[in-house]
Amino acid sequence: MEEKAIICKDLTKQFGDFVAVNKISFEVNTGEIFGFLGANGAGKTTAMRMLCGLSFPSSGEATVAGFNVYKQQEKIKRHIGYMSQKFSLYENLSILENIEFFGGIYGLSDKQLKEKGEELVNTLGLQKEAKKMVGELPLGWKQKLAFSVAIIHKPKIVFLDEPTGGVDPITRRQFWDLIYKAADDGITVFVTTHYMDEAEYCNRISIMVDGRIDALDTPANLKTRFSAETMNEVFYELARGAKRSDN
Amino acid sequence: MNQFLVFVRKEFYHVFRDKRTLLILFGLPIMQILLFGFALTSEIKNAKVVVVDYSKDASTQKIITKIAASSYFTIERTILSYDDMEKAFKQGKIKCAVVFPSSFNEDLKHTNKASIQIIADASDPNTARTLTNYLLSIISNYQTEINANVQIPYQIQPELRMLYNPELNGSMNFIPGVIALVLMIICTTLTSVSIVKEKELGTMEILLVSPFKPLYVILSKVIPFLALSFIDLIVILLLSNYVLGVPIRGNIFLLLMESTLFIITCLSLGLLISTVTNSQQTAMLISMMGMMLPTILFTGFLFPLENMPVPLQVISNVVPSRWYYFIVKAVMLKGLGLQAVWKQTLILLGMCVFLLTVSFRNFKIRLA
Repeated sequence: MEEKAIICKDLTKQFGDFVAVNKISFEVNTGEIFGFLGANGAGKTTAMRMLCGLSFPSSGEATVAGFNVYKQQEKIKRHIGYMSQKFSLYENLSILENIEFFGGIYGLSDKQLKEKGEELVNTLGLQKEAKKMVGELPLGWKQKLAFSVAIIHKPKIVFLDEPTGGVDPITRRQFWDLIYKAADDGITVFVTTHYMDEAEYCNRISIMVDGRIDALDTPANLKTRFSAETMNEVFYELARGAKRSDN
Repeated sequence: MNQFLVFVRKEFYHVFRDKRTLLILFGLPIMQILLFGFALTSEIKNAKVVVVDYSKDASTQKIITKIAASSYFTIERTILSYDDMEKAFKQGKIKCAVVFPSSFNEDLKHTNKASIQIIADASDPNTARTLTNYLLSIISNYQTEINANVQIPYQIQPELRMLYNPELNGSMNFIPGVIALVLMIICTTLTSVSIVKEKELGTMEILLVSPFKPLYVILSKVIPFLALSFIDLIVILLLSNYVLGVPIRGNIFLLLMESTLFIITCLSLGLLISTVTNSQQTAMLISMMGMMLPTILFTGFLFPLENMPVPLQVISNVVPSRWYYFIVKAVMLKGLGLQAVWKQTLILLGMCVFLLTVSFRNFKIRLA
């Protein structure tokens, strides 16, 4: 358990002249909830894509779940879960069919799928809706379902890209309960968000500005360091200096 | 393998739950075939047929009565010389002529064999074929009747002569054309849209983050459509055979193999389209419009290629449907074998391999 879940050293991604991610270095501990913050266009998504094995870094080093991002992308993929900012289950498949599909492509056996499916439906209290098409569910439930599906194969790390966009505060709170539960089960959570209240829920957070990581600490320490009352103020303080806006 | 099956099953769910896809998949081919079929083979009623009866006996009389009884023909009974007949054909006064030789009855009685000559104006190939088919079936009908109680069967051998256009060019040429058109549209549209849809919805990202290999993603997307297009092909062939009366003269196995090759070519084209577009609408537009027009224009099934300006003829060479159209025409309508179409098959195979390679490569590049 002492092993770090993610280790980044001078990780860089360059598109032509544009340095989207500029030599970022950080470590994420196993079992930690790590908040990855930054304004739009700061390079969060690009960094995350490199860690997920969706794109190759231009330079620098990184290991995810102990695997090298250059050479062992396939192994990384096997040990991570991913939930994107777009809702990403199939709307014209039922809840159970979605579970079967996503579990299935991670190589779960039929027996496991059946057990998992039941367990998941019970935990989320969706017994009655299990055969309903996902498209008919309210957004909040869809998000919770998507999260549960993202960790169905018990990954070492789960990457969440703005998972709670467009969801009401109560559902967001429930969503974070699920995240805590996953962390308790030993899954490392790597989450990006725009909501500063959510940032407070994280064990540690990093704030990206213009492709660099400008701050990395626990929320409490950051607030003290910037002598701020809330994470909001910390974020403004840092993001004010940003030159890039939306890209 | 299990992963693969899970994926393929999911694709089938998508198809069968989406009314639009189902409509394109099964409605479109049936509609196209029937539309083209009936638009181009307008029903023929009361066509003027000249009966030249040199024999004048009981059996010819019976046949003539049968012809007259059918609503398709108006009979004009005269003795015309071949020259006069030709004149009447040229002036368009008659569409068809039936000639009984003077020895008809005697031949039938003594040798059990007699012949009838059917001459049709094939400059309008559809009409000519329809009329002769009607006549042939009337004659064979009569033949079965008289054979009911005899030991040595009577044989009436109709001799067909298609005037002006013996090969019946253009007649059923539209069927191979429609097959090419329908397969092209369905395969490209459905494949490209179903892949682009996943990109739009964001599920493609999830798939790419999973350990499921991109190559398998493509394959499992393509395989259901391969199967469904194949069913479509069968439906089209059945429709054209039984509803429109277009025969399959050649080897059906060869026809199916060639069609599979063409289907795979179209699927790869759809794949290629999906790698260069990011919205379903664009994908749909490119595959529907971008594929339909060249197929209609450059296969030669509506507009003869020989009449086109040379640059257009050159362009037509890169249209896969053109080669497939040639193959289907040769195999299905003329009953030719592989030795007649191996060149076209090779060209099609080349295109298929090329398109597949390019789209696989493109798909991979997008991941990096």
